[in-house]
Amino acid sequence: MLRIEDYAPIVGQATIYELFRLARQLEGKAIQNINSTAVGGGVAEILSRMMPLLKQLGLNARWDVIKGNEKFYAVTKKFHNGLHGVPVEVSREEYDWFLEINRQNAEEFDFADIVFVHDPQPIALIEKRASIGRNWVWRCHIDSSQPNKAIWRFLERYITMYDAAVFSAPAFEARLPIRQVLISPSIDPLSDKNKDLPEDVVNATFERYGIDRSRPVVTQISRFDFLKDPLGVIKAYKMAKRSMDMQLVLAGGGATDDPEGPMIMEQVKAEADKDKDIFVLFLPPSSDLEINALQRGSTIVLQKSLREGFGLTVSEALWKGKPVIAGAVGGIPLQIRHQYSGILTHSIEGTAQWIKRLLSEPEFAAKLGSNGREHIRNNFLITRHIKDYLLLFLSLFYADDIVHFS
Amino acid sequence: MVEFRFYSKLDLTILVGRRAKNSRQLLEGLRYVPESSIYFHTHKFLLQYHYITPVPPNDFAQWAITSLNDDVLGERLSSVDVVQYDSLAALKESIIRVVEEHVSENGSRRECPPGEEFHFMASQAFIIPTPIVVRTLEEFAAHLEHVSLNSLYHHMFDARLRLGRGENDFSAWFRGIGKEDLAEEVRKLDPYLHTLEGLRKRLEVLVRRHA
Repeated sequence: MLRIEDYAPIVGQATIYELFRLARQLEGKAIQNINSTAVGGGVAEILSRMMPLLKQLGLNARWDVIKGNEKFYAVTKKFHNGLHGVPVEVSREEYDWFLEINRQNAEEFDFADIVFVHDPQPIALIEKRASIGRNWVWRCHIDSSQPNKAIWRFLERYITMYDAAVFSAPAFEARLPIRQVLISPSIDPLSDKNKDLPEDVVNATFERYGIDRSRPVVTQISRFDFLKDPLGVIKAYKMAKRSMDMQLVLAGGGATDDPEGPMIMEQVKAEADKDKDIFVLFLPPSSDLEINALQRGSTIVLQKSLREGFGLTVSEALWKGKPVIAGAVGGIPLQIRHQYSGILTHSIEGTAQWIKRLLSEPEFAAKLGSNGREHIRNNFLITRHIKDYLLLFLSLFYADDIVHFS
Repeated sequence: MVEFRFYSKLDLTILVGRRAKNSRQLLEGLRYVPESSIYFHTHKFLLQYHYITPVPPNDFAQWAITSLNDDVLGERLSSVDVVQYDSLAALKESIIRVVEEHVSENGSRRECPPGEEFHFMASQAFIIPTPIVVRTLEEFAAHLEHVSLNSLYHHMFDARLRLGRGENDFSAWFRGIGKEDLAEEVRKLDPYLHTLEGLRKRLEVLVRRHA
């Protein structure tokens, strides 16, 4: 098991000290995380990595999962899609069922002093507040910048009963009468996906796929769906390749909710068949070490998304010191300041142009990469995420703009 | 001798719930938000991008240049020299004046692309003591390298503007122990022109010279 001290060589001993000092201020407060699944998905992944670290800091923290059934999750899937702005219809009966399951769970839970509710599935547990009080925070992990209005109106009734709402990017904020806090997600620098790898492991991965590391490699790691624009990536690569030698790697999982997904996948495959320098790799979910190696061995990493929740693959690549060219959408501009810690683009042509410039100017590319790594160290590692959660919990008890602890 | 305890400051980022897609909405937002929001948007990047020199422009200027594509407004906002202001109220007033003049001269028809609106933010600051306490300039210089960047930032930037102490904490302590010249040299140092590590080194050199 990882220890909080294992992060000291990465973020500095002073940062670890600060976490312990903040945690001390929360002595005597029990903290309860509640979400809808113990495994699978980004929320469960970050909680499973974070919980042991919170306990090592001396916090009385626990994690509970609500119990639902197929019918309940069918409704919450609609909520999820609705928050993403997808048109969905939810019937009165479905809303009632959602509330019924939340009420059943609320009766079974033993609520802590601070109840930290993640995403819409358990949102209506807040009804319990009327009888038990406590401090309640709702954390939205979803891109809610353009939500379906009916779904938002329903959820808003519950969100406004909380003490605070937490969003991952500024664009996700809403007009709410409660305090809204920005807490970005994070990557774990000691996980398989991000930990340092010996050079021979990187080389072996490239050899296994027949990719030549002696020539430039431009890589995008993401699902093959419309919003990640793999076809736009291929077009940008072709435009850039007219004047420079390079290979393109498109790697990611095939699973997608996008109805156009299969068609896009076919087109990507067809393009790859025409060009021996395009490598399309369909990776199973357990490919963290391979993704790590592919990012580390690439010359440039792309994330040419048309829409993003947060786009943590950008942080992953920057953490490896790679120059990244990415679409200026979702949480990506938080991770990249244009021409300082990476490149933000808005078009296929712009992406192609920057690929050529970075391949032509390796020193500038390397500077972007090293700046990017420092930016991630400071802002997007799990230790910063823990710090933000500790401050969030403290903010429930201290209202002043500036809080002094002595 | 009077001791100096190093403190550290940690920020929780607050979403103010106000956004702008053109210069007029930026102006309205600037008038509406608290001074802590002005401090956030003119300082947060100093810590976030502490390793870059010269530092990127403040958030308002950066947005005007990259999202509004308005280089004139961006340049005017970039040239607001934060070190010249002794209070957040005066800094806020000055930024408002720049945008006001720009809107009255150029209008505000130019809009950013959807999704690139300026979001006003602020922070709640939590100040915590560190275990580092010094009593002499020699001890100060020796411990400076172990102090976190958050701590350095707090004493050099927050103390003067965010906490309204008028000057940085180091100068105040140097003055308190009779090192008037050193206090003045550090007070005159423009911290906005250095990376935080560069500032740390510069401070160490100055302190050792007077130790």
